[in-house]
Amino acid sequence: MDFQVVVLAGGTSKELVPLVSKEVPKALLPIANRPVLSYILELLEASNLKDLIVVVEGEEAAVRVGGWITGAYVDRLHVEVARVPEDVGTAGALRAVAHHLTASDILVVSGDLVCDVPPGAVAAAHRRHDAVVTALLCAVPVSGPSETGASGGKDKAKKPGRYNIIGLDPTTQFLLYIATGAEVEKDIRFQKSILRAVGQMEIRADLMDAHLYAFKRSVLQEVLDQKDTFNSIKQDVLPYLVRTQLRSELSSNGMSQAEENWNGKVASQDNQALSSQQLPPGMIPTVPSFHELYAFCPNGSSPPKRTHKCCVYIASKGKYCARLNSIQAFSDINRDVIGEASHLSGYSFSAHNNIIHPSAELGSKTTVGPQCMLGEGSQLGDKCSVKRSVIGRHCRIGSNVKVVNSVIMNHVAIADGCSIQGSVVCSNVQLQERVVLKDCQVGAGYVVTAGSEYKGESLARKEKSQS
Amino acid sequence: MDSRRASRMVIDPKPKVRQVGFFTPGAPPERTKSSPAESLSSPPTSDMSPAGNSLSPVMIPPPRHASDNLSSSLGLNSSRVLPVPVPMSPIRRPSTGDNLNLPLGSYNPSESLLGTSLSPSSGFDDEGLSEDTSTSGWFVRGNPGKVASSFPSGGFDTTAMKSRNIPVVSNLTTVSHLLTKRKKGGIAEKGGTLVEVQHEQVRDSKLKEKTSKAERRALQEAQRSAKAASRAEGSKTAATSGGVTAANAKPAKAKASQKKEGSSVASSDRKGPEKDRKKDVPHPRMQFDDKQRVEKAKRRAVVKQTEARNRVELFRHLPQYEHGTQLPDLESRFFQLEPMHPSVYKVGLQYLSGDTSGSNARCIAMLQAFKEAIKDYTTPPEKALGRDLTAKISSYVSFLIECRPLSISMGYAIRFLKNRIAKLPLTFSETEAKATLCSDIDRFINEKIILADKAIVKHAVTKIRDGDVLLIYGSSCVIEMILLHAHELGRQFRVVVVDSRPKLEGKALLRRLVSKGLCCTYTHINALSYIMHEVTLVFLGASSVLCNGTVYSRVGTACVAMVAHAFRLPVLICCEAYKFHERVQLDSICSNELGDPDVIAKVPGREDVDHLENWANNENLQLLNLMYDVTPSDYVSMIITDYGMIPPTSVPVIVREYRREHLWM
Repeated sequence: MDFQVVVLAGGTSKELVPLVSKEVPKALLPIANRPVLSYILELLEASNLKDLIVVVEGEEAAVRVGGWITGAYVDRLHVEVARVPEDVGTAGALRAVAHHLTASDILVVSGDLVCDVPPGAVAAAHRRHDAVVTALLCAVPVSGPSETGASGGKDKAKKPGRYNIIGLDPTTQFLLYIATGAEVEKDIRFQKSILRAVGQMEIRADLMDAHLYAFKRSVLQEVLDQKDTFNSIKQDVLPYLVRTQLRSELSSNGMSQAEENWNGKVASQDNQALSSQQLPPGMIPTVPSFHELYAFCPNGSSPPKRTHKCCVYIASKGKYCARLNSIQAFSDINRDVIGEASHLSGYSFSAHNNIIHPSAELGSKTTVGPQCMLGEGSQLGDKCSVKRSVIGRHCRIGSNVKVVNSVIMNHVAIADGCSIQGSVVCSNVQLQERVVLKDCQVGAGYVVTAGSEYKGESLARKEKSQS
Repeated sequence: MDSRRASRMVIDPKPKVRQVGFFTPGAPPERTKSSPAESLSSPPTSDMSPAGNSLSPVMIPPPRHASDNLSSSLGLNSSRVLPVPVPMSPIRRPSTGDNLNLPLGSYNPSESLLGTSLSPSSGFDDEGLSEDTSTSGWFVRGNPGKVASSFPSGGFDTTAMKSRNIPVVSNLTTVSHLLTKRKKGGIAEKGGTLVEVQHEQVRDSKLKEKTSKAERRALQEAQRSAKAASRAEGSKTAATSGGVTAANAKPAKAKASQKKEGSSVASSDRKGPEKDRKKDVPHPRMQFDDKQRVEKAKRRAVVKQTEARNRVELFRHLPQYEHGTQLPDLESRFFQLEPMHPSVYKVGLQYLSGDTSGSNARCIAMLQAFKEAIKDYTTPPEKALGRDLTAKISSYVSFLIECRPLSISMGYAIRFLKNRIAKLPLTFSETEAKATLCSDIDRFINEKIILADKAIVKHAVTKIRDGDVLLIYGSSCVIEMILLHAHELGRQFRVVVVDSRPKLEGKALLRRLVSKGLCCTYTHINALSYIMHEVTLVFLGASSVLCNGTVYSRVGTACVAMVAHAFRLPVLICCEAYKFHERVQLDSICSNELGDPDVIAKVPGREDVDHLENWANNENLQLLNLMYDVTPSDYVSMIITDYGMIPPTSVPVIVREYRREHLWM
């Protein structure tokens, strides 16, 4: 179908700091004991997109991600890993691989996306409207832990403020305005010209940009070339394209776009008598978008204005769509993938609605509740209780340990009498006796001394990172 | 001398029949009349009787009456019925008139018409038939109703009538039917018609079971006489045309069995081979009330098709799906459909979502997509370009049909393209062949659509004078061009844009017209009779013009034309000649398209007006959103086409003279 896929796997995100480290870049953070990148790769694979470019920030991260992909997808996908320096931003990452892009349309996917929206749907909407860019929008996920963990993450969930303001046309097919939460201060400015052309704008705050875009390659390359300062797709490229949709400055696309209503690039390719002048305006689609109305209508004397279309595909309500861009999101996604969006995990659930690896060992009177996962070779002592949590591989957990609403990664040693609630415990952490953690993040390799209690803190090995 | 008389006799009743025909608004429909009155008032029967002198009068009425009975029941729902009033025996009427034939009604015509429309119409002309009737008296006698009824309404109606009459006539005059064909059309056409005839017989046998004893007897008598006539005829033609023996043998054999066991046995005897034949012939259009076929088609389908519930019974033979489900499903499998070319896929999506509509736009979009596909095409190893590409195009077409049924004009474009592929010289290399095809497609679009539109505009503008008030309906691009051109020429006229729900296509057109400075009035079709007072000329677009002059167009067109006719206003149809079709259609039931019923249930912009919410759950409610209707040629004053301005009766001439040579060149 003439699409190329670029997966932006990122590097070591600052927002996820205690969780990510040099050893575990963001793309490899485990969601239900699988790297988060595997979710998007498998989604693409299911859509028959097997030729991928994965862009990773930072050398070490690139090596690790590349190594993991080779191991996991050796026969299934054809993946090329591109390494870009850190802090170039998403636009910079695309710029770096721009010369590899040849297909007419490019699908740009963020590597931290966990969703089950078929990318084909986005691509189809893109093709149908012959759009310059099509963005996948999805409902903002319900943040914060669900009912049982009433105490967990209150402070984080209560932080509103990060609204995305998205303006759509009445048919909810075109994007008229987009601003991310960070940019929205007090007032937002809309363009009169767009409002006038459309007549009616629907402003939504309940939608989120899922970071899955289909771009027209020529446009993408042109924008990246011309606008050196553009750093991020979401904050620079997309708003720029949306802003200029009625006064397109895109030379490679602009002219043909006006004619591409239905007759493609005929005029430019053939010298035959099929140029736009000869085609009567009545022959444009009988349900024209406002772009065509705008371009053709005014007085007829002026040449058609150059416009381009920015489309959206809004995921339906039943679809799951989330991005791993905060610690909160990390625990949410872990919970959801084991819980309500369990079809994403690819595991088969037991009768108790949980997954316990056959090699895991459970002590007597230990209960593992529904929506839990126990990785390979993990051991639990007596009288333990695990609820709504994910426990990684080869963990050694003592007796009388409570794990609720938490994520425990691989090779974690937890001594007797610990209580862990709403926390994330990274690999190789040691928790000594009677440690109580509530809403904490424990960085890799950290040792929590016996009897200590933490609440809402982020624990990491300071000396290691400084040295 | 003899021939002249015969043809005269046939032609004579023409004006009279026109008067009593079903079209004319003033005349009462014959159906409602009692049969004696009918036989008195009908001129053709009185004309026929001298011709049928040599026959015993007993033989004639039953077949004729039965056939007309059938066709009148077919035409029940349309304004159009056989224009000839026919005597009906009072015994027969109640038994067969409605309850027996109605179930077939919605089913019959499309098959019979479609199947035969191609072959007989192409090689058919009036003189040929009239000569025939004169030279072979038996023909006239064998099915006089047919000849008499078919002639008055113009040359092309004959094909329709003929095929319609087959059900009853075939039993007795299968041979004669074939023989006349053979004489006129040549042997090549025989296959199609033969199968058609057999088709009808299956149904006919059903019909026969209920006929009374007297009827059967009359039938038998008629058959015997027909056989005697055909024997004489057969010996004659056997000498002239050699290759017909096979066809001859079959009816002859059937005749023998008839002789022995009577007609009912004979027809049941023939059922076996008929069924086999039936399978071989691909259906021209799928009947969606046929469960098995629908299942089969579904398995092949690319687009997931959930059949809509609460379909209107009369339109069950047309496809109707749940409209909400198709698009998301097709979209989500964007990358899975490898063999589909992206541009074709895009066009399919646009059809499905309604982004592209209007038969010109759809046809151009399809051809452009095919052109893209051909450009990207490479012949797989060990395959011939001609064959493989044709198969590819066919698969594309079936995909497009799944997205939305093809419009009639697109069928012609597809046939054209396939023909060009088939006619490619074998010596051409792949690149040469592709370039030829691409330029062919461009030429088709240019000549048949764009230049044709220009020609139409040139012709039509001459009809617009200062002070005219033009009424237009819906949104047709040709008509828009006409209006704009007339405006540019400085004509002073006013436009009444009539629109209808649910599409409200007129709004966009209105917007464009007003922005160009035309003086417009906008109204809905409800106010048609009011606004018609001030109108002086009616311009209408068409999706297709059929061979009997019927205009197949956006639903509502017939209504506009009818009201205009009642006000004695000229109705001009603007239609490119590539949209003309050989088919003959008398009603808008047998072939039509069903739109999304949800659209008419909802009022756009008014969420509060939602009285039909969840209508699908109510078994008693069926919504019908028809897309097209059929305007009988009587309401059409003139058809403006790229070859000039023609009366509706001349459509077959265009089809015959201009189209075939283009297709087969």
